[in-house]
Amino acid sequence: MQVTSSVRDPLVTGGKTYHDVTNDVSRHVEAKPNIRWFLAFLTSVGVLAIGSIAVVATVWEGIGMWGLNKTVGWAWDITNFVWWVGIGHAGTLISAVLLLFRQKWRTSINRAAEAMTIFAVICAAMFPVLHMGRPWLGAYWALPLPNVFGSLWVNFNSPLLWDVFAISTYFSVSLVFWYIGLIPDFATIRDRATGLRKVIYGALSFGWDGAAKSWSRYESVSLILAGLATPLVLSVHTIVSFDFATSVIPGWHTTIFPPYFVAGAIFSGFAMVLTLMIVTRKVYKLEDYITIGHIELMNIVIIITGSIVGIAYITEFFIAWYSGVEAEQYAFINRATGPYWWAYASMMTCNVVSPQLFWFKKIRTSVYATFALSIVVNIGMWFERFVIIVTSLHRDYLPSSWAMFYPSITDVGVYLFTFGLFFTLFFLFAKFFPVINMAEVKAVLKSSSDKVNK
Amino acid sequence: MERDTHFVTGVYEDEDVLLDAITQVRSSGIKIHEVYSPYPVHGIDDYLGYKRSKLPIAAFLFGLLGTSLALTMQFYMMRFDWPMIIGGKDYAAFPDFIPVTFELTVLLAAFGMVGVFMVSTNLKPWAQPRIFDLRITDDKHVMAIDIANNSAVELAKIEEILKSSGASEVNKKSFE
Repeated sequence: MQVTSSVRDPLVTGGKTYHDVTNDVSRHVEAKPNIRWFLAFLTSVGVLAIGSIAVVATVWEGIGMWGLNKTVGWAWDITNFVWWVGIGHAGTLISAVLLLFRQKWRTSINRAAEAMTIFAVICAAMFPVLHMGRPWLGAYWALPLPNVFGSLWVNFNSPLLWDVFAISTYFSVSLVFWYIGLIPDFATIRDRATGLRKVIYGALSFGWDGAAKSWSRYESVSLILAGLATPLVLSVHTIVSFDFATSVIPGWHTTIFPPYFVAGAIFSGFAMVLTLMIVTRKVYKLEDYITIGHIELMNIVIIITGSIVGIAYITEFFIAWYSGVEAEQYAFINRATGPYWWAYASMMTCNVVSPQLFWFKKIRTSVYATFALSIVVNIGMWFERFVIIVTSLHRDYLPSSWAMFYPSITDVGVYLFTFGLFFTLFFLFAKFFPVINMAEVKAVLKSSSDKVNK
Repeated sequence: MERDTHFVTGVYEDEDVLLDAITQVRSSGIKIHEVYSPYPVHGIDDYLGYKRSKLPIAAFLFGLLGTSLALTMQFYMMRFDWPMIIGGKDYAAFPDFIPVTFELTVLLAAFGMVGVFMVSTNLKPWAQPRIFDLRITDDKHVMAIDIANNSAVELAKIEEILKSSGASEVNKKSFE
């Protein structure tokens, strides 16, 4: 017998049997897409199409189409890059770190969270790729490929190159981890289907048979992948923060960046998971699997990481003053009171003040309040990156070079493009893939369903 | 014994009944071909007498390969093939090589282990698995017994043991 605690609330409510789990999740894959799904999907494709005009303009004309200038050489592109990568942290955190900590509640949200991770990382990768200007030559700048210049290799001292390795490793390992988890569920759909669907899901399921030996290896692989993905997920945003921290720009050159970026990433990632899952559970009627308990637990993670981020803001400010370096002190005073004060104020309100509302049980167990706050958090996290990047650059060392950054329509368009891409991929996922990991939910059902615990 | 029948299968509803049944069937001298479940059943390896998977060793070895490849590549390129002074740093700036070394270690460990897993479990898009029962991937546990491997025990006896161990159905299954 599995050891169950009588004081814990059940993870799956509604007295579900194993067969109910299969039905409730497979139903959406098997049903014909409904009109609401089509509308949502077409909207995303529309946004993608409009945004792709900006992408084509950027590639055709060059990155001069963006609002960058000589002083502010990094702005929207890298803000969006860091923002999307940050969002892409929750999935692997939920599936890997929570697996190592034996948090069984992760089983009903890990599939969708990992999908979101993968799509967010794809969106993030768009920005550095486009910023190359000539992306078709990018492989020579980003990878150590032999070339006719010597070979003149890539610079392994540069955090930008570390980023290439970190992001691509993170993306591919997350993708593999996600797919391994999908195999048994594809087999479930295969065994319920007939005709063409059976062929397609049969191929996707890689011939999974459910043998005890296969499960034993599957569990081994999951555990080791989780063990590998845990330091990986922490390393990715650490390395992203090195892009800034190893430079000598006041406001960037700080040792607090790695932990502060990682906390911020988890913070924004959980917020995005909540935004998506609240809608998915409602539309797919999965309230018995993604319960208020799940939402509350994720909100608690948001309070913790939000507070870490808040403390980091204050620490940064204090250390800038305490360091006695005038340039550093000025950079921080300018952030809060300079021409970008409104971005700083938005960041402080959205990231530091608003998550504190989750201390109230009423708010953190309310679906509507959580949905609203999850969006507020991601607005705040976008402003955080904007503040760090633009305010540190726009006051150059020489006052004659001081400048402001104004986004061009192309900047906005490329950002829209990534939104379109993200939601297009997510809606395709939600329609054609099982959104909840059926096998893993079944594995925790007996020890954590209200039917058994009664 | 009918010619076409190759397997006898017992269908179980509950994992705890299944685990007891495995012990009963094995103690009566019947060799179990394999047990199929819709989800990983905790502790079933010990009941079936399976050894621990060696996949962690594969992961470690591939990880080691990743570490050595990454370090060799970086030292070769930065120190020997084309040494360049970058920011006044040493050519062989070892601390700077750590992030890429870490990432390649993880990458090779993960892909190597998953590759071994795919090969050892025969997972590939064109694989044609033996499906003993369509409900295995839904809500039933199925214990399959290969008749050819249990020629010492009568078929009726196998069926009886399966039934008495708690199987809700006992079926015969053949494959071409």
